[in-house]
Amino acid sequence: MKVIKEKHPLAMRWTHWVNFPILTIMIWSGMLIYWANDEYKIKLFGHTYFMFFPEWFYKTFNIPHRLAEGMAFHFLFMWAFAINGLVYILYTIISGEWRELVPQKKSFKEAWLVLLHDLHIRKMAPPQNKYNAAQRIAYTAIIVMGIGSLITGLAIYKPVQFYYLTWICGGYHFARILHFALTIGYVFFFLIHIVQVVLAGWNNFRSVISGFEVVNEPDPQPVIETPTPTDEKPIQ
Amino acid sequence: MKNLFSKKNKGPKKPLTVEQKITRRNFISFGTFFVASGVAYGGWKWLYNSPEEAAGITAGARKPLRRALNKTELAFRTFFSNNHLVKTYPKEMAAKNVRHNSDVGSEGKIDIAAWKLQVKKQSGEVLNISLDDIKALPKTDIIYDFKCVEGWDQISHWGGVKFSDFITHFKLDDQTRLEYVGMETPDKEYYVGIDMPSAMHPQTMLAYEMNEKPLQPKHGAPLRLIIPVKYGIKNLKRLGSISFSDKRPRDYWAEQGYDYYSGL
Repeated sequence: MKVIKEKHPLAMRWTHWVNFPILTIMIWSGMLIYWANDEYKIKLFGHTYFMFFPEWFYKTFNIPHRLAEGMAFHFLFMWAFAINGLVYILYTIISGEWRELVPQKKSFKEAWLVLLHDLHIRKMAPPQNKYNAAQRIAYTAIIVMGIGSLITGLAIYKPVQFYYLTWICGGYHFARILHFALTIGYVFFFLIHIVQVVLAGWNNFRSVISGFEVVNEPDPQPVIETPTPTDEKPIQ
Repeated sequence: MKNLFSKKNKGPKKPLTVEQKITRRNFISFGTFFVASGVAYGGWKWLYNSPEEAAGITAGARKPLRRALNKTELAFRTFFSNNHLVKTYPKEMAAKNVRHNSDVGSEGKIDIAAWKLQVKKQSGEVLNISLDDIKALPKTDIIYDFKCVEGWDQISHWGGVKFSDFITHFKLDDQTRLEYVGMETPDKEYYVGIDMPSAMHPQTMLAYEMNEKPLQPKHGAPLRLIIPVKYGIKNLKRLGSISFSDKRPRDYWAEQGYDYYSGL
């Protein structure tokens, strides 16, 4: 028999989907800004392996010569990004949902087993609640990254007024590198996220829009009305 | 299911089956999802295609985005303080090869002997100040990380007169009650507007030295603005005139879509 099982509360679904276009705009406008001083590359022992970003990439996404435009978009949508993130964090704290999300002591060990399971190396996945150990780590890490983007962003946006943030981030230069690296992190997160969602299937995907999953449960036994057991001692 | 408050009495309502519940909830949530996506997409299209602002003191940005930049300026201005100082560095860390980005307003040669700084008071009175008058004031040095709006930064060493000292010495204190300072190059090709708090910040200076030598022409000889609480675009080279106003003075890069404030 099919049964509706509640999964994702409304607030989590909204903040998730609101964040998606906002983060996309932040990454795009960030690229318009980065282009004006695109100095980052992966270099090992004198050999450059990758330039951020190659010419074809800039051309494809029409990036060049749009610094002022990029800044204007970036400094509007930063508010939306921050507020949406704050709403999500407050919600998880107030609702107690954070208990399902924050990694536990065993999560780091278990995440490895989850990975082996997902790669079809191991048959059994460790038992879990709403999220498995790998998800707990990933979904908490992405929030920490979001806060990181906010802090490193402020550190390079107002390095004099928020000098203490710039200091925490290891200086103006390093804060800019971190801000950039976090963005690359989002892109990798997104790619893995999409693969996992596709593999998890429709029922799982739908739950992020409609909030519930449909599970098959064995046919119910005839219901016998019994008083709910309580901790109180029976009255004699 | 109790149905005491139902207006139409169609008899006892049958509880929805699980299938019906699933269909119903999917309909509502996916409906909302697609409508909201449509609204978001429409909103984005509207913003992206919104008309450019009317060209004035600021220009070149989409109208709503310019409004947002100005509002954001107000929000971040509340964090501004004279106690927030830009980090300074030891002299050895200053770059020997100081980066040079643009020549607008400081092209060609300038006759330094004939050069005078014009200070236009709001009353209409004009002071003509020579470089020697300025050099006679107490000299300050600053070695700090100069930040360009493009994203690069470089530690550089400047020497000159604190702008606030300059104001006091030439008895311009009454002018600082106005909200903005405008600065222009002698040929008026490059110009910036600076809000008064930033201009009066203790690290803002009129510089005539770089790396302890007189400014080179390409770095703004004979006198330039060094304002560490702003991006490089506000650090005008080859200063020609200073004015004071309650309205935003014209600003070269604010006319090309950049934030007027451009504060750090």
